[in-house]
Formats: sequence, C-alpha cells, structure tokens
Amino acid sequence: MLHIYCPHCGEYREEEEFHCKGQAHIPRPLDPDNCSDEEWGNYMYFRHNPKGLHHEIWYHSTGCQKFFNITRDTVTYEIKEVYKMGEQPSVAAKG
Amino acid sequence: MSEISAPEKHQVTRLSANVAVMNQYAGGAVAAQSPLHHADFASLAGKSPKVGGVMLRELKLLGHLTLRGQQNNDSFMAGCAEVLGVALPIQPLTSVEKGAVSVRWRSPDEWLVVLPAEQAFDVEKALRARIQGHYSVVNVSGGQTILELSGPNARDVLKKSCPLDLHPSHFPVGKVAGTVFAKATALVRRTGEERWELVVRRSFSDYLWAWIQDASREYGLIVN
Repeated sequence: MLHIYCPHCGEYREEEEFHCKGQAHIPRPLDPDNCSDEEWGNYMYFRHNPKGLHHEIWYHSTGCQKFFNITRDTVTYEIKEVYKMGEQPSVAAKG
Repeated sequence: MSEISAPEKHQVTRLSANVAVMNQYAGGAVAAQSPLHHADFASLAGKSPKVGGVMLRELKLLGHLTLRGQQNNDSFMAGCAEVLGVALPIQPLTSVEKGAVSVRWRSPDEWLVVLPAEQAFDVEKALRARIQGHYSVVNVSGGQTILELSGPNARDVLKKSCPLDLHPSHFPVGKVAGTVFAKATALVRRTGEERWELVVRRSFSDYLWAWIQDASREYGLIVN
C-alpha cells in the first residue's frame, strides 16, 4: 500500500482513498481542428510507460475529491514529490 | 426546470432565469422515512441490551446543504458566515458548530452544512439572495443520513472499518475526514471524546447498518 500525502487535506492517507488517473502534463493541442492525425493520436492515446520516474495524476476520491500530481518511481514505488494541479514538478522525469 | 416536470404540489421559487429552487421539506403533515426506516431503531432500542461498548443512533431526517465556492470570493465567505451564523472553517479537516447548525470542511472549496430539516429551504434562499459571483448551494438532504457511534469501543469499530489514523493525538474532537468506510464511503467527524458521526450515502445505509452490527458484536451494541 502506498502512503500518499494529499496536498489539499494536508496529511498522509492510505492508497485505497485514492485513484490513479494516469500520466500528468499532457498538453491538449491548441487548435484541435487543424492539428494532424498524428498529433491528435499522440494526445489521445499514446502514453509514457517509463521504468523510473513518472509524473501521474491522482484523485483523492473518498476524501476532498481533488486532483493533484505525484512524481513516483515505478521501480521502487517511492513517491518523490506531491504537487498541486497547475504546478510544475521540481523533480523532473526524463522525456 | 420545465413546467411539465415541475411538481405541482410544491411551490417552485424562481430566483433567476437559470435557478429554480424547491422546498424539499415536506412538512410535518407528511410522514417522512429515513433510509433506515425499515431497521426500526425505535423498537430495537427497547429490546437492546443495557450494557455494551458501542452505542448507535441515527441522526435522521436532517437538512444537508452542500456549499461550494472559492475562499477568495469575499461575498461567498461573508454571506455564508452571515446566513449560517458561523464562519466556514478554512482550516482543512475541521468543523464548526453553532446551535443546531454544523459545518464540515470537505475540500478547499466545499463544505457540508447540517441543520434542522425545516430550516434548510430558508437558509438556501437566504444564501442565494446574499451571495454574488460563482458559487453553488445544493440541498442533498435526501441523499444521505448520519449515523452516530459512541461509547468506549466506538473507536475500535471505526478502526476495523476505515484506514484513518484515529489516535487522539492525530484525530482530535472536531476533526472531519472523508474516507473509505467498510468499502463504502463516509465523512467521519469526531464530536466528543467517545462520540463519532458518519455521514453516509442513503443507498449504503442498510449495508453499513449490517456492517456495524457485525463489527460491534464483540463489544455489545446498544441501539438508541
């Protein structure tokens, strides 16, 4: 079980209170009507699957029901950093 | 709300082009039933043992209002404080209580107000009249109910049921936490040294009643 710090509740909670919502920081094409199929396909379907640091969106589903970001090491499961939506990570994954 | 779907029995108050609020309190003439009506706590209370470690009662048929708004909206914060008679708690995981009104922090922009059912409509109308800007008031009274667990073993029942750290040093009186409770969800609030309130969804209330009976069997359950 992960022990996750919720930046909105301000304390650590058990993983079962949260849902992982996948890769974070996916920019939506600024002009969807005029982007290429490849750009749209990459935005919609293609995700990183790194061995190592990964930026993820998590949702405190049974608590404050807020989304936030976690930087997590997919090898050791160690959580490097928790930061709110709209903020940038200080521990950055490659690529 | 279209005229076709608007209930005829109730007066629909139109506050603006986009908002129609309705008094959901049916009044004393109509027999309202809580989600645990079938469990018949009143007659169980007569039969239940006089000694036990856990006391259970339902705080039923109260008014529940979900308030949402930004803390930097002065009209929202001041309006809520004025109408409710108490300021919204902005410290995470806290609650405030004044008279029959209690306010639980749910998230940085959401609060649950619990008050007597007959006051809910007046408070909702007063909030809508007072607050400017982007906010939301929703009467969710029919969607949830409150179970109160108390007694020397109440905390033991909670410890079996949810992953919260319930040690007194970490969960003081007045603290609120939304969590997983027996695989369902509950908003847990500590209201006294040995007293806890769970705000639960009405559709889960029967399941949680069964769960609480089972979880408290070893301590002895007294239904009030």
